[in-house]
Amino acid sequence: MNFEEHNHVVVIYPHPDDESFGAAGTITKFRKAGVPVTYLCGTLGEMGRNMGSPFFANRETLPQIRKKELQDACKVLDMNLEMLGYRDKTIEFEPRDEMAERFKNYLENLGATLVITFYPGFAVHPDHNAMGAAAFEAVKMMDPDQRPTVWATAFSNDHVEKLGKPNVVIDLIDSFDQKLDAIKAHRSQAEGMLSQLLANSESDNEYEAALERFRFEGFYEVDIDQVNY
Amino acid sequence: MMEAIKLEIVQDYINQFANQPVYVHLETTNGAYASHFNANAYNVGAYIRNARLTYSQGKIVEHEGSYRVGLKHEIGWIYAEGLTDFEFNENNQLLIAGHDKEGRLMVALQISPEPFSY
Repeated sequence: MNFEEHNHVVVIYPHPDDESFGAAGTITKFRKAGVPVTYLCGTLGEMGRNMGSPFFANRETLPQIRKKELQDACKVLDMNLEMLGYRDKTIEFEPRDEMAERFKNYLENLGATLVITFYPGFAVHPDHNAMGAAAFEAVKMMDPDQRPTVWATAFSNDHVEKLGKPNVVIDLIDSFDQKLDAIKAHRSQAEGMLSQLLANSESDNEYEAALERFRFEGFYEVDIDQVNY
Repeated sequence: MMEAIKLEIVQDYINQFANQPVYVHLETTNGAYASHFNANAYNVGAYIRNARLTYSQGKIVEHEGSYRVGLKHEIGWIYAEGLTDFEFNENNQLLIAGHDKEGRLMVALQISPEPFSY
């Protein structure tokens, strides 16, 4: 994989922490290759039910806490951040064409050559699917010779059965520090999950337990004219 | 910081908000990943942000370690079950929530004299 081939990578996901769980290692590799990366983050995860473990957030403080966590994670990953101001759990109810138009403007202005987003229909959370669908739509609206490559994250239980295996797989063995640090920046969301990973792992080391689970980031490179969603 | 519900204290706050227009946030969820992690589970959730109403009476009741709250308003009721923790914050908002053993929010009932943000 020649990471330096790209001019600008734009990550389009709805929630603070999607970027860290889904693409942090890949983002790190692009940054190390000198490629700018911008995260278009849809919401502040206002309706998340993880409040820290033990909990330290509540429904009213969670948005600001997650905003800070998101900014910290973006510092770890050395990427630009644009917060789009949608509300958690409502993205599928927003007009898709308006969202796509907005995303398209970002992609054109940033000179995106690669978009990383969710694979609509295979990304479990309704916000993931809706955000991915609007991102696909945005790329489709562009002139074919201006379109960025699209890598899509899928993790529904049926994704391998329906889509086959991801055709882009990034091994993070040499960039896992940043991935784990980015995940841990999302303290309210990650703490409980990481301690569960550790409890279920044969390893007694957090790094090793996380590496077992998150060593590879897989994406589907899709042909936007051929893909059904 | 939320803390375990103390019935008398929460009842006092509920009484303070009676007979005046208030804004209510009510939600319940088992998470967007419930059926992803367990094929036998079924995703359910609902929320109302900023229902404006006036309740004439409100009561909190304890049941085996968790709590229920009912608010009687002009044309109906507001009800929440499974509440465990509360906080009265600096914006004079009464936040009541039910958390599972991992600290995840399962249900929330919140009352505010001004609209909740967002």
